[in-house]
Amino acid sequence: MALTDPSTLTVGEPDTMRNAPRRPQSRGRTILRKVLATKRARIGGGVLLFIILWAFLGPLLYPWSFTDQDGLAFSQPPSPSHWFGTNNIGQDVYVQTLVGLQKSLVIGLIVGPAAAIIAGLVGAIAGYVGGVWDKVIVWVIDLLLVIPGFFLLVLLSPVFKSLSWLALVVFLAIFGWMVLARVIRGQTMSLREREYVKAARFMGVPGFTIVRRHIIPNVASLLIIDATLGIGAAILSETTLSFFGFGVQAPDVSLGTLLAAGASAAVTRPWLFVFPAGILVITVLASSLLGDSLRDAIDPTSGANRD
Amino acid sequence: MTDHAANATNQPILQVQDLSVTFPNAGTPVHAVRGVSYEVRRGEFLGIVGESGSGKSVSSMAVMGLLPTNAQVTGSIRYNGTELLGQTDRELSKIRGSEIAMIFQDPLSALTPVYTIGQQIAEGLRLHDSALSQRAAEARAVELLKVVGIPNAERRAKSFPHEFSGGMRQRAMIAIAIANDPQLIIADEPTTALDVTIQAQILEVLQEAKDITGAAVVLITHDLGVVAGNADRVAVMYAGRIVETAPVVPLFREPLMPYTIGLLRSMPNMAANQQERLVPLEGRPPLLTQVPTGCPFAPRCPIAVAACLEGEPALRPVLDGPIDADTTSVQHTAACLRADEIADGSLLRPDIFPRPDEVPEELVAEVVPETVLDVQDLKRTFPLTKGVVFRRVIGTVRAVDGVSFSVQRGRTLGLVGESGCGKTTTIMEILELAKTQGGSIHVNGVDTATLTKPDRRKLRSDIQVVFQDPMASLDPRMTIEDIIGEPLTVHNVSPSEIRERVGAMLELVGLEPSFAGRYPHEFSGGQRQRIGIARALVVEPKILVLDEPVSALDVSVQAGVINLLEDLKQRLGLSYLFVAHDLAVVRHIADDVAVMYLGRIVEYGPSEQIFAHPKHPYTQALLSAVPVPDPELERSRQRILLNGDLPSPSDDRVGCSFRSRCPLFQLLPADKQAVCEADDPRERPLDGRLVACHHAESDRLVPA
Repeated sequence: MALTDPSTLTVGEPDTMRNAPRRPQSRGRTILRKVLATKRARIGGGVLLFIILWAFLGPLLYPWSFTDQDGLAFSQPPSPSHWFGTNNIGQDVYVQTLVGLQKSLVIGLIVGPAAAIIAGLVGAIAGYVGGVWDKVIVWVIDLLLVIPGFFLLVLLSPVFKSLSWLALVVFLAIFGWMVLARVIRGQTMSLREREYVKAARFMGVPGFTIVRRHIIPNVASLLIIDATLGIGAAILSETTLSFFGFGVQAPDVSLGTLLAAGASAAVTRPWLFVFPAGILVITVLASSLLGDSLRDAIDPTSGANRD
Repeated sequence: MTDHAANATNQPILQVQDLSVTFPNAGTPVHAVRGVSYEVRRGEFLGIVGESGSGKSVSSMAVMGLLPTNAQVTGSIRYNGTELLGQTDRELSKIRGSEIAMIFQDPLSALTPVYTIGQQIAEGLRLHDSALSQRAAEARAVELLKVVGIPNAERRAKSFPHEFSGGMRQRAMIAIAIANDPQLIIADEPTTALDVTIQAQILEVLQEAKDITGAAVVLITHDLGVVAGNADRVAVMYAGRIVETAPVVPLFREPLMPYTIGLLRSMPNMAANQQERLVPLEGRPPLLTQVPTGCPFAPRCPIAVAACLEGEPALRPVLDGPIDADTTSVQHTAACLRADEIADGSLLRPDIFPRPDEVPEELVAEVVPETVLDVQDLKRTFPLTKGVVFRRVIGTVRAVDGVSFSVQRGRTLGLVGESGCGKTTTIMEILELAKTQGGSIHVNGVDTATLTKPDRRKLRSDIQVVFQDPMASLDPRMTIEDIIGEPLTVHNVSPSEIRERVGAMLELVGLEPSFAGRYPHEFSGGQRQRIGIARALVVEPKILVLDEPVSALDVSVQAGVINLLEDLKQRLGLSYLFVAHDLAVVRHIADDVAVMYLGRIVEYGPSEQIFAHPKHPYTQALLSAVPVPDPELERSRQRILLNGDLPSPSDDRVGCSFRSRCPLFQLLPADKQAVCEADDPRERPLDGRLVACHHAESDRLVPA
C-alpha cells in the first residue's frame, strides 16, 4: 500500500549526516545481521558448518580407515568399536559414511556455486548485450531445459564410468544453471534501463566494465541465494545418480553409492542404510534452511516478509 | 457558491479532531500524523498542501478508514456528526463510496483491469442501491461518463481501463466518485501523474462535479498552484501537523507561517519576474520517527529564536491585518510563535527569506559565442510489431519526426512538451553520439555519424547528462567518490587525481568533500541530484543535457538545485539542453525554448518572447494551463482547454497533426480549415521565432 511506501514517508533513513565521518554500514553487513537474526539461518548455517567439519575431521580421529576390513566383525550392528556397525565384508560404516559425505559435500560445494557463476555470467551477458547474442543464449537455455539431464547421463554412462568423479561435477553444473540464468537475464534487462547504467554508457564506460561494475553486484544477492540452495540440490542429484549407478564409481564412495549398497539390507541390517540416509537428509535440509533465510533477508518480497 | 450551500455552512460535514496516526514499525514507530484538526463545511473546497512525508495522504486515508490494520489511529473523525473512528470495515463500507468518495493519484491502479469502465461504475451504483437494475445502472454509468466529458460515452463505457489514456481514466475515476451523489469527495493528488493540459481539464471536471453534486471537496496536493485556483480554504501541513490554515486569498497574499512563506518564495512562478532568483528553503523535513521537542520547522527557519526549540507551537488564530469584511468569520491560524510579528508587519516577509546573490562579476566565465550542439531534421522511428513467434511489423511510431535546433555556448535551450511528445527520444538520440536514422547531429562542430569508436569516447567528455530520478541514477552499491569518479576512469586518470577532482566537484556543487566515502541512500533527494550534477561535471563537459532534473524533487528543494544550475552555467560557461514538462521551471532557467508536439517542434525562439507572446495555439494552451500560485490572478485567468489527449504517433500524418485538438482550428472559416487539413505546416519565421502553424498570425486566443 502506498501509505507505507518509503518514498512518501521519511522513514528509516539513517540520519548520519551530522555524525562524524564514520564508515557507513554497508548493505552486505546489514543483510548478514538480518540473516543471523533469524533462527533458521543460525540452525541451518550451524548444522552445515558442523557437518563439513565432521566429514573432514571425523575420519582423522577414528581408528579405522574406509578401506580397512575387520576380519572379526562382519555385518555387526553399532558397537563401541564400530560406531555405525560394519557391512558384510567387515568395513566400518561410520568411516565409510564420512568419506562418502566428503565426496558428496565437495560435489555439492563445487556444483552449487559453479552453476550460479555460469548463470550469472551468461544471464548478464544475454540481458545486457541483447540482440543476436541474447537470442542464441536463450535458445541454448531452452534447449538444455527440455533435454532431460538424467536420461542423457544414463546414455553417456559408459563414458562417465571411465572418467573420474570430476566429470560428474561438470555434468551437474552444466545442467543446473538454466533457470537462474533466465532470472538473471530478466533482472539485467531491467537494470540496463536504470539511469545509472545509462549514465555509465553515456560516459563511455565499456560494456564489459558496466556488467562487472553495475550489473553483477546488483544481481549478486540472487546468485548467493541460488549458490546456497544449489548445494543441497546438487548433493541430491549426485546421490540419485550414484544410487542408480550412474554417478560416482568405485573405488570412490559417496552417500549415493553407500545408499545403493545398503538399500537391499535396509530391513535386515538397518544401520547400513539409516545412517547415510539420515545424514543426507540433514545436510540437504541445513543448506535449504540457510538458502531460504538468505533469500528472505535479501528479497523483501519473498514469503516471510509478506505478512 | 449557491444559496442552499450558504445556509448549510453552519454545520461542518467533516470534523477531524486531534487525529494522530502512528505506524509501529519494528521498534521505531513512525508518527505520520500528529494531532491534526480541521473541518470541512458543506460545499466547501478545502486544499491540503504539503511536501512528501508531511502526512497529508495518511490523514485522509484515516478518514476513509483505508489505513493498514497495524496503524494506530487516535482522535476523532466525525462525518455529519457520526464518529467514524472505531467503526468496523463493514459499517464504513456503507458510507464509503456513497457518502464519501475518493479519487486516487494513480488512476491505472485504482481501476480493475479485467472489468469494463461501465461495469465498474455500475458496480459502485448497485453496491449502494440494491433496488437499481443492472440495465438502469449501466444507463446511468453512460450518463456519468458524459458528465465528466468522455466523448462517445456509450462506446467508451464498454472499453477496458487500458484502452483509456491517463486523463480519461482519471475522468472515469471522478465518474465513479460522483456516481452516488456523495457529500464529500477526497481527491489525493488527482493530477500529479498527468500533463498540464490534462491537469487543467481534470481540475475543471472536478469543479463541475462539485457543482453538480454540491459535495464538499478535500484536495490533497503538493502543488500550491493547483490549490490557488480551486480551493476556498487551504491547510498547510508540515511534519505530520497542520501549520497554517486560512482562506485561499489571505494564505497566498499574507502567509504567516515561515514555512508557507518560504514555500511560496521558492516556487518558480509564471507570473513573477523571469530574471529574479529563486529563494531556496535549505534543509530537510524532520524524521517522522522522532517526536519533535520544539517547532519541527525551527532547524530550517531563518527567524527561529530560542523559544522555538522549547515545545511545539500550537496552531492558534492570529489577528491578521486588513482582510475583507466578509471573511472575518473565517480564521487565519498559524503554528508559529512569531506569527504576530509577521502579521503586524514588524517582520517583513521578504526579509525572512532574502533572495540569494547573483554570481559575482569576476567569477562569471567569458563566453565566446559558438554553436556547441546543432541538430538538423533529426528523425527516429520505432517499428510497431505484433506476434510472439513470428514478429511482423504492423506500423511505425514516429517518435521524433524532423526536429532541428541548436544550442549556443553559455546558453540554455529548454525543450518542453507533454509526455509522449518525443523529447526524451530526442535527447537519447543525441547522447548516443551515433549515426542517426535521419538528419544530423553536430557536437562541437563534429558530425556524430562520422565518428570512430575512440573519437566517440573522447567526445563523450564534452556532453554529459543529468537524469530525472536522483535515486535511480546513482548506483546504490557504490560510494559517492566512486560514482563521481566513474567518468574519469574511462579517460585513464590516475586514482590520486580522481580523488582530488571528486573533492573539488563536491565543493563546487555545495556538498562537504568529506561525504565522499558515503553511499547514495544516506543523502536527501536534493543532495543526490547535486551528486548527479557533480558526476556530469567532473569531465568538464561543454554541454549538459538535463532530463527533468528537478521534477522528482520537492518544491522547497527544487529551488536550491535550480540556483546551483544557474550558478554553474555562469561560472563555467556551460550550455544546457534542459528537458522538462514544468513550464514555470523552464521559463525561469531557459534562454531559448523549443515546444514539442508529437515529434515535431511547433514553436522555437527566445524564451521571453515565447512566454510573453506565444504564437502557436498549442503553446498558448500549454501556457494557459500552468497553474499560478496566486489565487486572484488564477481565478481571473482565461484557460484555453484542449480537447482530448495526445493522438497516437503511429497514425499517418496528413495535414496539421494538432488540428484535432486545436482551439484555433474550430474558430477558423472553412477555407482556412481546409489548409490545415491538407498541408502539414513546417516551421516558418514569425516575430523573431519559428512557428509551425498556418494561421499563427490570427488573433490570440487569450486576451493578454
